[in-house]
Amino acid sequence: MRGSFQTRTIKWSMHYGVLLVYVAVALFPLYWLVKVSITPDDILYKQGTDLLPSKLSFEHYATVIGKSDFLLFFRNSIIVSGITAIASTILAMASGYAFSRFAFKGKFWIVGLMLVTQMFPLVIVITPIFSIFGTLGLTNSLTGLIIIYTAFNIPFATFLMQSFFDGIPKDLEEAAMIDGATRFKAFVQIIAPLTLPGIVATAGFCFTGAWGEILFALLLNSSASASTFPVGLLLYSTRATIEYGPMMAAGVLALIPVCIFFFLIQRYLVQGLTAGAVKG
Amino acid sequence: MTVSYPTAGARRRLAALEPYLYSAPALLLITVTTLVPIVIGISYAFRNVMLLDPTSGGFVGLDNFRDLMRDGSFWGALKNTVTWTVSCVAFQFFFGLILALLLNRPFPGRSIIQPIVFLPWAIPTFLIGMNWSWLFNPAIGPLPHWAYALGLMSAPDNILSDPQHALLGPIIASIWWGTPFFAITMLAALQAIPSEIYEAAEIDGAGSLERFRSITLPFLAPTMVVTVMLRTIWIANSSELIVVMTKGGPADSSQIVASYVFTQAYQGLNFGYASAIATALVVLLLIYALLLMSIRQMMLSSR
Amino acid sequence: MASIAINGVRKDYGAVPVLKGVDLAIDSGEFVVLVGPSGCGKSTLLRIIAGLEDLSAGEIRIGDMRVNELAPRDRDIAMVFQSYALYPHMSVRDNMSYSLKLKRTPAERIAEAVKRAGDKLGLEALQDRKPRALSGGQRQRVAMGRAIVRNPKAFLFDEPLSNLDARLREQMRFEIRKLHRDIGATSVYVTHDQIEAMTMSDRIVAMNGGIIQQVGAPLELYDNPANIFVAGFIGSPAMNFIKARAVREDNRIALYVGATKLLGMPAPDRLPDNGEVIAGVRPERIGLLPSSEAGVAATVELVEPTGVATVVHADIAGQQLKLFTTERLQLDVHQPVSLTIRPADVCLFDPISGERLRVPR
Repeated sequence: MRGSFQTRTIKWSMHYGVLLVYVAVALFPLYWLVKVSITPDDILYKQGTDLLPSKLSFEHYATVIGKSDFLLFFRNSIIVSGITAIASTILAMASGYAFSRFAFKGKFWIVGLMLVTQMFPLVIVITPIFSIFGTLGLTNSLTGLIIIYTAFNIPFATFLMQSFFDGIPKDLEEAAMIDGATRFKAFVQIIAPLTLPGIVATAGFCFTGAWGEILFALLLNSSASASTFPVGLLLYSTRATIEYGPMMAAGVLALIPVCIFFFLIQRYLVQGLTAGAVKG
Repeated sequence: MTVSYPTAGARRRLAALEPYLYSAPALLLITVTTLVPIVIGISYAFRNVMLLDPTSGGFVGLDNFRDLMRDGSFWGALKNTVTWTVSCVAFQFFFGLILALLLNRPFPGRSIIQPIVFLPWAIPTFLIGMNWSWLFNPAIGPLPHWAYALGLMSAPDNILSDPQHALLGPIIASIWWGTPFFAITMLAALQAIPSEIYEAAEIDGAGSLERFRSITLPFLAPTMVVTVMLRTIWIANSSELIVVMTKGGPADSSQIVASYVFTQAYQGLNFGYASAIATALVVLLLIYALLLMSIRQMMLSSR
Repeated sequence: MASIAINGVRKDYGAVPVLKGVDLAIDSGEFVVLVGPSGCGKSTLLRIIAGLEDLSAGEIRIGDMRVNELAPRDRDIAMVFQSYALYPHMSVRDNMSYSLKLKRTPAERIAEAVKRAGDKLGLEALQDRKPRALSGGQRQRVAMGRAIVRNPKAFLFDEPLSNLDARLREQMRFEIRKLHRDIGATSVYVTHDQIEAMTMSDRIVAMNGGIIQQVGAPLELYDNPANIFVAGFIGSPAMNFIKARAVREDNRIALYVGATKLLGMPAPDRLPDNGEVIAGVRPERIGLLPSSEAGVAATVELVEPTGVATVVHADIAGQQLKLFTTERLQLDVHQPVSLTIRPADVCLFDPISGERLRVPR
């Protein structure tokens, strides 16, 4: 049944072999990004397609940080993504708690509504949002982006928070309510601290969602002063003379917060995706 | 100790209101920024809305849709939407399933390999798009040179500027990015299968292929169906990679309907027409969803 | 300390009635156990007293105050949960102080109350631990401590011992009882375990199907069950139920199992028309004699020595019954024996309604 030593060896070498291909494919584009970003300009095109550059330099990073608008874009992105993450997590905690703990009239429709907005092609709101935000003075403003990102993040974040609340026994807030707490107090003092990892994960999901969004950012905020990082990078890349080095260095910088977040939350990944299997 | 005595009605009413209070802010925001705009967006499709023309906005009935019928780019985009969606979903599913099966049983090094192979999923889409367009760029990317060396291309050109094959670029990027998603979902489903069932089957003499066929597949099937259905809709709607990598070009050759809406709104400033395309997309997806549901109904009733 | 009155309480979940009209008066300082199989409504009743569930009809009074409209926090009761429901992110001390902090009790008073409760429960050394670093028995104690620091009007217990192993459960039974004797607080204790009910309570409330079946002191329920449910639920091993036929002989009856005559006894105040009854006998009230002697003929089916006693499964005319003997008898399977049952030890039940058929004294 178990097979001979030989067949087992072959089986495991194949197992690791295939996985190694996955690892290589997953890492290669990122490796390339990093590689170009640290290749000095004078050999960038001469050795453009070599796997290893013959010398290294951080000049592109100096250019990005010292002599470009990227710091501004970076700052804008941090503000937008940070506030989006906080706002959507707080709102999602409240609604996720309601979904998790109460049976109430209309719940079915509210949950359905949230699911539908997850599935609906959001391109259809592009034009109306632009018109509405235009009249409200919310184009070319970070506030406009924060509002729209928060709204788009809420359904997924709500389902995620709900799944975390579902994992906390009801007994705990009942005990607190008997101990003399209001439900809200029990939520804040007992339930919220216990879901802290989930709250962080949810905030992280919302942060990365906002960090990488480009369509609405492109349409609503075209002025440099209100551009987020993706827009800045994309507009930079369409200039007549493209400097790949600084651009990729900027790309690597954009990657850093995402990677930090990813390794922090990757153990919640399975739960997160099961909660909101709709979203990428 | 003082205790206030609320009337029975007051306390009941307050308690009944509680869940609504908790969910109201989220609902309000969604309504204002998603639901209302959806309705307005659909209404735009029947009006002549030009961004820079203040006299526009009049009701034009089905004119936008008549134009749509005659728009070769729209039909091309529709065809591309099918190609894009089917190939992305199929390959992401296939590679994701294999990855999930490989990661299902513990082996030395899994805790290191798993986060690495899942990493692409966490990268922001715009960065994936830019990263892959650099890889496809012969000036600084290796892929055209490799393809040329392998004899797949007659010259190391940028595939993204080739009207015949431009869509292939975003598809490859999408597969790279979406495979971990399927892997994670299937892995979650795989790990929910009780191991006793495998042990029982092994004792009953089932080989590994037989175990996959008679245990893994049936257990996985519901997850597979749901994930594929949802992802199909989601991928059909997602246009970031295309917008970033090709902008739908060259000459709309890699346009899908969703990216066509965006290009029309962003470049054309013709909001009425863009909304008509978006409305058409909504209708098509609704038809798809209805089809799925009736197929599901048929399968359920034939049991 | 306060009495609790439950008046005509009903609870429906949608169209499903869970409590079908419950009346119960609990005296101040009394330890009352609600016992019954799962789904009998005992936990729902407890949660209604706590205010965690609304009632559909009726009234709950704690002391002389109607509490229907009060939130749990305003009822001044403490509750020990089956899962203990300790706050996992708080130390033992913080768990016990939480309710007092919410009441804005001065810090020194809190420290004093927590210390007193901790000493009483043997938690002195554990005050700074988090619940996850405690054993099951210790968690149980913290849950108790959290309840007693508050000095509430009443204690509610929701199956507090069911997550403990047998040995610990026995010990905690004793400790809870002792604690009650020290504090003397009104306690309502829910369990499905009839041994807990028997050993701990001043009064047992046996519930089934959303209705109180019988209320009384433990031995009263044991010796004098009101119906077949209570008779079968209280006592382990359970009471034997023998399907028998009663034949009237003046103001006495003779009970027959098939053709075998079981015994003669005074007639109950009523009998079903066809004479079919169920005769209930406790296993320890059946005497066992070697075969030849006088008594009811039976055969041995199975012998289970438990050490303290030996449980003998015997067969009378095709019906199984269990009996207890503390003598070390040498019994073989299929060995014929004879059994003796005293008429006074027999409870008769109506097989259709399950009600007790009382024998007038």
